[in-house]
Amino acid sequence: MSLVGASIRRLEDPDLLTGRKRFIADLAAGCDAVAFVRSPVAAARIVGMERPNGASVFTANDLSGVGSIEPILYRPDYFRARQPLLALDRVNYLGEPIAAVIAPTRREAEDVADAVFVDLELVEPVVHSSGALTDHSPIVHQGAESNVVVSGVIDTGNVDVVSVSAVEQVELDLTCHRQSASPIETRGAVARYDMEAAKVTLYASTQMPHVLRTAICDLLNMQEADLRVVAPAVGGAFGQKMCLPAEYAVIVWLSRHLRRSLAWIEDRRENFTSSFHSRDHRYWIRGSFDGDARLVALEGDLVANVGAYSCYPVTWGVEPLMAMAELPGPYDFQSYRVRARGVSTNTCPMSPYRGVSRPVLTLAMERMMDIAAERFGLDPVEIRRRNLITQFPYRSTTGIVYDEGSYVASLEKAAEVVDFDSFRRRQAEARDDGRFLGIGFSVFSERTGYGTPAFAPRNMAVTPGYETVEMAMDPSGGVEVRIGASPHGQGLVTTLSQVVADELGLPLKSIRIVHGDTDRSPYGWGTFASRSMVISGGATKLAAGRLRDAIAAVAGDILEAAPEDIRLAEGRAVVRGTDRGVEISELARHAYHHTPKLASDREPGLRANASYDPAGTFSNACHVAIVEVDIETGGVRLDRFVVVEDAGLLINPVIVDGQIAGGVVQGIANALYEEVVYDEAGNILTTTLFDYLPPTASEIPPIEIHHLETITDASVTGAKGLGEGGTIGAPAAVINAVSDALRPLGVQVMEMPATPDRIRRLIREAIKETA
Amino acid sequence: MKPAAFDYFAPESLTEALTLLRDVEGAKVLAGGQSLVPAMNFRLTRPGALVDINRVPGLDSITIDGDEAQIGALTRHRAFEQPVVPGPLGRLMVDMAHHVGHLPIRVRGTFGGSLAHADPAAEWCLLARTLDATMIVRGADQERRIPASEFFSTMFTTALEDDELLTEVRLPLVGDGHLVGFSEFSRRVGDFALVMIAVVVEVRDGTVTEARIGAGGVSDIPLRLSSAEAALQGGTWDSALWAGAGEAGRAEVEPFEDIHGSTEYRRDLVGALIQRACRQATG
Repeated sequence: MSLVGASIRRLEDPDLLTGRKRFIADLAAGCDAVAFVRSPVAAARIVGMERPNGASVFTANDLSGVGSIEPILYRPDYFRARQPLLALDRVNYLGEPIAAVIAPTRREAEDVADAVFVDLELVEPVVHSSGALTDHSPIVHQGAESNVVVSGVIDTGNVDVVSVSAVEQVELDLTCHRQSASPIETRGAVARYDMEAAKVTLYASTQMPHVLRTAICDLLNMQEADLRVVAPAVGGAFGQKMCLPAEYAVIVWLSRHLRRSLAWIEDRRENFTSSFHSRDHRYWIRGSFDGDARLVALEGDLVANVGAYSCYPVTWGVEPLMAMAELPGPYDFQSYRVRARGVSTNTCPMSPYRGVSRPVLTLAMERMMDIAAERFGLDPVEIRRRNLITQFPYRSTTGIVYDEGSYVASLEKAAEVVDFDSFRRRQAEARDDGRFLGIGFSVFSERTGYGTPAFAPRNMAVTPGYETVEMAMDPSGGVEVRIGASPHGQGLVTTLSQVVADELGLPLKSIRIVHGDTDRSPYGWGTFASRSMVISGGATKLAAGRLRDAIAAVAGDILEAAPEDIRLAEGRAVVRGTDRGVEISELARHAYHHTPKLASDREPGLRANASYDPAGTFSNACHVAIVEVDIETGGVRLDRFVVVEDAGLLINPVIVDGQIAGGVVQGIANALYEEVVYDEAGNILTTTLFDYLPPTASEIPPIEIHHLETITDASVTGAKGLGEGGTIGAPAAVINAVSDALRPLGVQVMEMPATPDRIRRLIREAIKETA
Repeated sequence: MKPAAFDYFAPESLTEALTLLRDVEGAKVLAGGQSLVPAMNFRLTRPGALVDINRVPGLDSITIDGDEAQIGALTRHRAFEQPVVPGPLGRLMVDMAHHVGHLPIRVRGTFGGSLAHADPAAEWCLLARTLDATMIVRGADQERRIPASEFFSTMFTTALEDDELLTEVRLPLVGDGHLVGFSEFSRRVGDFALVMIAVVVEVRDGTVTEARIGAGGVSDIPLRLSSAEAALQGGTWDSALWAGAGEAGRAEVEPFEDIHGSTEYRRDLVGALIQRACRQATG
C-alpha cells in the first residue's frame, strides 16, 4: 500500500506535544546571558559611550577582525549598504544593536545594558517611503544618491499602443502596511565553546543552518569547519529566521574570543523592534480592458519600504523585484510596463515573510478585477474566467513559464462550493435588514520550488536553489536520510519518510530524517519559499531510487536474479513472478558483513546521494471569504472562508491542510489585524501583543479546504509547493469581501490592514460625499 | 524584559501589610499582578519593593449588606462570571466579567487591583464610576471612604496615597425594576475596549425616570455622560430615544487618540454603543 497520499499523523508531533523537543531557550542552561544595548532612536550619530565600571560590555571597537554584512545583487541600480555587526558611529533604526553585555543572568545583563550611556546626536530620520522619495528627504546611507537602493523596470514597449483601444481603465492606489512575522518563539542563539576542538557550536533558531554558517564564517574570517550550526526545534519562523541576524554573528565572535558559552534569547520587545519586519508596500496600478472585459495592458509603480539595511542572502531587492516580476499573477495579457523601487528608511530591516510581496500584488490584481467587473456589469467569477490563463505551459509577459495549473477550475469549484448565486440572494435580503454581507474572491498563482534556474536572473552574489540528500542503509536495515533542508513545522520528517518508505518498501519506523545540523547533513539552503517538498523531496526521491537500485543489486547477487527483476515491498526483496525473496535487513547485513558473497565489482555498504535543482512549479488556488461588516463600528466578522487549492500530488493531505490553514490565518491577519506602526520620528509604537494584534481563534472562522490535483512533470515527486499560498490569497479575498459588503455605500477598501477605524473613516467619507 | 531588582514582602495580616506600605520606601502593592508585573518586565515601572497582599486574609469576600454589595479588593475577576451579586447588578457584572481580558487574566487578576490600576478602559472602573461606588481605603493609621467620582484622577492614577491600600469596594445594588446594559468594542476578543458603555436605567410605564450612562476607553478616566443621560431622562424608552442619547453622547465626548482608534472613530463608537447598550438592556 502506498504511503504517499495517505494522511499519516505527523511523526514530529509526539515529541512536540509532550515537551521532549528542545527549543533554543531550553539549550541556554549553564550559559552566561547576553543582552544588547540598542538604539533608542531612529537615526543618530554616536558621539560617545560610557560603560559601567567592571561590566562586560563589547562594542564595535572591540570586535577585531570582523567584516560588515554587505549583501550583494549584481545590478547597476543596487546600492550596497554596509551593516556593521554593532553600530559603529551611527545608528540607523530604533533597536539597532550598539553593544553586547555579558552577565551571569539575563536580568543582570539588562541592568548593565540600562547603565550603559550612549551619547547620541540626533539626525533627522526617514521613516515612511512616501517621505523618503521626496527631493528634500535626508538620505539614509552615505554614498547613496537617493533612498532608492534597488530598482527595476520591465516594459514590453506596447502598453501605450494597446491602451489607446481600451474601453475601460481601472486605476488604483494601494497600501499594505508593515507587518512582523511574529513567530511564537522569538530568535535566539546559544554558542557553546569546545576547548578541546577550539570549535564553536552555534545552536540558533534559524531556517538555514548551512547558509548561516557560511555567512558567519565569512564575517569572522573563520574556516567553516571551526563552526557547527545546529537548528534545534524552531517555534515558528515564516521568513523572519531565513536571513542573517547580526546578533548571531556577535554571539559566535564573543564565544570564540572569550572561550565561553553564551546565550542570547530575544525577548518579545526586541522581536518587535529589531527582528526583521516585512511588507510595507505602496502600489499604483492601471489596467486597460477591452470591450470583452479582457485585460490587455497593465502598468504599475511599486514601492517597497525596505528598511535600514539589506538582508543576507536574499538582499533588499527581494520584495520589489519579485513584485515586479510576478504582478501579472494568473492573468493572460502581454502588454506590461512596471517600475519597482526599494526605498531605504530608518526603520527595522526587512526579510521575506511568508508570501513575499505576493499577498500585496494579489490584492492589487484582485481588487482591480472586482472594480473592472463592476464597471462591465459582470460578476466577479465571470471577469476572472475571461482573464485567467488556460493554455500551458504559459509564458508570462515577464518571461516566467507557468506549468500546468487549474486556474479556471479552481475558481468555478470555489463558486460552486460557496453557492455564489444563493449568496447574492442572501446578501440582498440581509441588506433589506440593514446588514452588510460581502463576498470576495481571490485567484492566484504561487510560484514554488525555486531552484537556481529561478534565482539566477536576480544576479545575487549568493544564488540559492538546489538541495542535496545523502542516504544510507545501515547494517540493521535502517535508513538514515540526511537533508540540507531545515524543516521547522512543515512536517517534512513525515512526508520525506513517506516518500522513502514507498521507494524502498520499508515501514516508516525504519527511516530517520536528519536535518538542521551542519556537521550531520549535506550543504543545503534550508527551508523557505515553499521549496522543501518540491526540491528536498525531489532529491530524496531520486536518492531513494538509487538506494533501491543498490539494494536490488545486492538482492540480485543473493537471489541469483537480475537486479531489474527485484521488487522491494513490505520489507522484503522478491524476484518478480516467483516466491523467492529475502528480508531487506538481511541484505543490509550482506552488504556490510558478507561482501565476499556479493558480485566482485559490488561496492561495500548501501548508500546513495542525489541533488535536485528544478526550475520551479506553480501551484494555484482560489480563496473565497464571506464577511459581515458592522457599519457602525467598522468591525468585520468572517463568516466563511473557502479554499480550493491545487498543489499537485498531495504527499500527505492532513499536513497540506495544516499548511493552508496556518497560511490563511496569517493572511487574515494581514487583511484585518496586524500592523507595525512607526510615528514620524521613527519610534515604534507596537512593541507588545496588546498593540500588535495577531488574530486569535476567536477571530478566525472554520477554514474549508478543497483540493484539485494537477500532476506536473516539473516536480519529480509530482508535488507542488504550497507553504505560502494561504498567506498570499487570503488578504485579497477578505478585502474584496469587505468592499463588496460596502458597495451600497460606494466604499472601496485600498489599504490593509482594514482596521475598524479605517473602515469607519471610509464610510464617513462616503456618506459625506453622497450627502 | 526582566524586571529591575526589587525587595519582596509577603505580609500575613492587614496590619502588617499597611505597616510595610508606610515604612518601606517605594513599595507597591502586588495583588493579581496582571498589569504590574508586565509593566515591571518592560521596566516601565521599577518599584523598590513589592508588598504581596495575596496572603492577607479577609480581602476576598463578597458580602451583601442591605442595598449594597461589599466586594473585597482581592476578589478575582473570575468570581463574577457567575451572578454572585443579586438582581440586575449581578447580571451586569457577569456580562462585564466576560470582557475582562482572557481566562488566565481573570483567574489571577483582582477587582480591587483593576480599580487601583485605573486603566480608563477597564470594566470595573467603568462600573464603579457608573454606579457611584465607594472605595474603602486603609492606611496604617486611618481609614478613608472615597467616592468613585473623586477616586480616579487621571490615567493610571487615583486618589490613593502611596501608603494606602484599597481594601473594599461598595457597589449600590440595582433595583429589580431597573434595566442594565453593557456594550463594548475591542479589536480582538479579550483586548482592552476601544470604547465601552454601561447603561443603568429605571423605566416606569414606558418612561425613563432615572438614567446612568458610563463610558470607558474615551477619556483619561471613566466618564458619566451627562448629556446622554439627560437625553434619556423623562423620555419614552424606545429606539428613537436611544438614538438621541447616542447622538448626545457622541457630541459630549472628546476622546483621546491612539494607534487603534482616532478621536473621530471613538466618538462614532460612543454613539453606536450607547444605542446597543440600551437595546441590550431591554433584553
